Amino acid sequence: MMTATPLATTPELKAVPESPAARAKKRLSSPWASLAAIVIAILWTLPTFGLLLSSFRPELAIKRTGWWTFFTNPEVTLDNYRAVFDSDTGVNLGTYFVNSLIICIPSVLIPLALASLAAYAFAWINFRGKNILFVAVFALQIVPLQVTLIPLLTLFVKAGISGTFWPLWLAHSTFALPLAIYLLHNFIKEIPATLIEAARVDGAGHVSIFFKVMLPLLTPALAAFGIFQFLWVWNDLLVALVFAGGGDTVAPITLQLANLTGTRGTAWHLLSSGTFVSIIVPVTVFLLLQRYFVRGLLAGSVKG
Amino acid sequence: MLAALLLFAAVMGVILFFASRVRGKRADNWVGYLYLLPVVLLLAVGLVYPGLRTVYESFFDAQGSSFIGVDNYKTILTDKDQLQVLGNTIIWVLLVPPFATGIGLIYAILVDKSRFESLAKALVFLPMAISMVAAGVIWKFVYEYRVDQPNVKQIGLLNQIFVWLGGKPVNLLITDGGVWHLNTLLLIVVFIWIQCGFAMTILSAAIKAIPDEIIEAARLDGVNPWSMFFKITLPSVRTTIVVVLTTLAIGTLKVFDVVRTMTGGNFKTSVIANEFYSQLIRADNQGLAAALAVVLFILVIPIIVYNIRQVRQEA
Repeated sequence: MMTATPLATTPELKAVPESPAARAKKRLSSPWASLAAIVIAILWTLPTFGLLLSSFRPELAIKRTGWWTFFTNPEVTLDNYRAVFDSDTGVNLGTYFVNSLIICIPSVLIPLALASLAAYAFAWINFRGKNILFVAVFALQIVPLQVTLIPLLTLFVKAGISGTFWPLWLAHSTFALPLAIYLLHNFIKEIPATLIEAARVDGAGHVSIFFKVMLPLLTPALAAFGIFQFLWVWNDLLVALVFAGGGDTVAPITLQLANLTGTRGTAWHLLSSGTFVSIIVPVTVFLLLQRYFVRGLLAGSVKG
Repeated sequence: MLAALLLFAAVMGVILFFASRVRGKRADNWVGYLYLLPVVLLLAVGLVYPGLRTVYESFFDAQGSSFIGVDNYKTILTDKDQLQVLGNTIIWVLLVPPFATGIGLIYAILVDKSRFESLAKALVFLPMAISMVAAGVIWKFVYEYRVDQPNVKQIGLLNQIFVWLGGKPVNLLITDGGVWHLNTLLLIVVFIWIQCGFAMTILSAAIKAIPDEIIEAARLDGVNPWSMFFKITLPSVRTTIVVVLTTLAIGTLKVFDVVRTMTGGNFKTSVIANEFYSQLIRADNQGLAAALAVVLFILVIPIIVYNIRQVRQEA
C-alpha cells in the first residue's frame, strides 16, 4: 500500500479509468476461477433440483429410476401434489399448511410490536434501572432454547393451554424478543435526537412520538426483522415438536414433513412434493423480500 | 388466531392508554416501565425462570422426583453412548464453521462484480430460506440407497455416481465406517450446504466495504490474485470472519433438525441438541435432558464471549 501511493497519483493512469465491464472481465479472466464458481453453484443447486424434478414424476418412475433418466424418458404428473393434499393418503398437508400460517402471523406481529416499544423505551426514555435492564435483555440472547423447554412444557400443561396454539405463539414471541429489542434499539438510537426534541417542543408525549415519529422511520428495520422471524418460525421444528408434538390439530407443516420421513421414509413421491409445498412460502418470501432479509442478516450478524 | 391478536391488541391498547395519561415529574419513569412491562414479564416467565429451573432439574433423576447430584453430568461424561454424542458434537463444531466460512468466502470473491453476481449468490443463499427438515429430505434423496441387485437401479445421485465410477452402492446414512464417521460427515455436508449462504452474504458485504482505493492501488502495483487475497482481502475482513465463524459455531452446537430428519440420531450420529430431545421425549429422562441442555448452554458461552471480545477490540 505504501509503495502504491506515488502510482495512484500518476496522471496518465487516472485519466483512463477502466470501465466496470472491463474490470469485471479482468477479474474473471482466470478460467479456473469461473470454473470453481460454476462447480459450487451446481453443487448447491443440484440436490434441490433433483428432488423438484422427482416431485413431478410418476410414483413408480421415482422409485425405480433416478431423476436424471427424466431427460431421456420424460414423464410428468401432478399426482404427487394431489396425493399430499388428499385425505385418503393420510398426509393432509393442507391442514398443516394452514396451521403453519396460524402459528406464524401472531408469532411475528407480537414480538415486533413489543420489541419496538421496548427498544423505544431503552433508546429515548430516561428511567431508573434502564442500563441494567438493557444489559439483562441483551444477555438473554445467549440462552439456548433447549434450556427453557422442559419447564415451559410443565407451565403450559399447568395453565391448561397445552394442545392449543398458545404455547407456540408465546414461546416463539418470547424467544424472539432479546434479539429483536437489541436490533431495533441499535436502529432507533441512530435517529437524530433533534427530531424527537422537535416533537417534544410541539407537545407530543411518548405515545405520539412513538407512533408519529418512530414507527414510520422504523419500517425498514421492522420489515427486516419481521421476515427473519417469519422464516424462523415457519421453518422451526424443535419448538413445534415439544409443544405441538402430541396434537395434529396444531402441528405445523415442518412437523408433518418430519413425521413423513420417519413413517414413510421411502415414499419419495409424497416426500418430494410435500417438501416443495413446505418450501413455497419461505422461498417466495425470500425471493420477494431478499433485500430486507439480507439487511436483517447483516444487522444480526454483529450481535453478541 | 383472531382471539390471540385481539387480546394482544387490547394489552397494547391498555399500555398505550396509561402511557399517554401519565403526567408529572416522574412521568418518564412510569412510561419506561409501562413500555417494558410485557417484555419483562414474558422474558422472566419464558426465559429466565425456565433457564434456572432447568439447571435445578439437571440434578434430579429421570422423573424429576429425587435429587441425584451430578450423576446426570457424570453420565454425559462417562456413558459410551453419551460420549459418542459429545464426540460427534465436537466433530460438527470443528468442521462446519471453517468449511462453510471458507467456501462462502471463496465463492463471494469469485462471483464479486461478475455479471451474474446476484443470481449466483441467490443460488447458494437459497438453502438458508428453507427449513432444515426440507433440506434433510432433499439430501436424504441424494444419499438414497437401493440394495445392490442386478435389476435394482440406484435413485440416489451419490450412489449412482459410485456405480458409474465402477464402485458399489453404500447404505450411506447407516454406515458409520469406524473412525471415519461417514454418516456423521454426510450430515455435516448438509449443514454446510445450508449455512454457506449465510457466510457468503456477510463476507460479501465485508468485501464490498473494502475501500476501492486500496484495491486499485494494489492492482496498479501489479499484485497477483493470491497476494491480493492474502494481503488485502483477508486482513480487511478478519473481524467479519471471526463473527461468521462464531455465529456458525453457535448454530452448529444447536443443530437438531438435520440429524433428527435424516437419521433420527441413530447409527452413532446423535449430537447434543438431538440427544436432548431424544432423552426428553423418547427415553423420558427429564434429568438427563436438562443436563444436556445445560451442557449446551455452557459450551455456547465461551464462543459468545470470544465473539464479543473480538468485535469490541476492533471497534
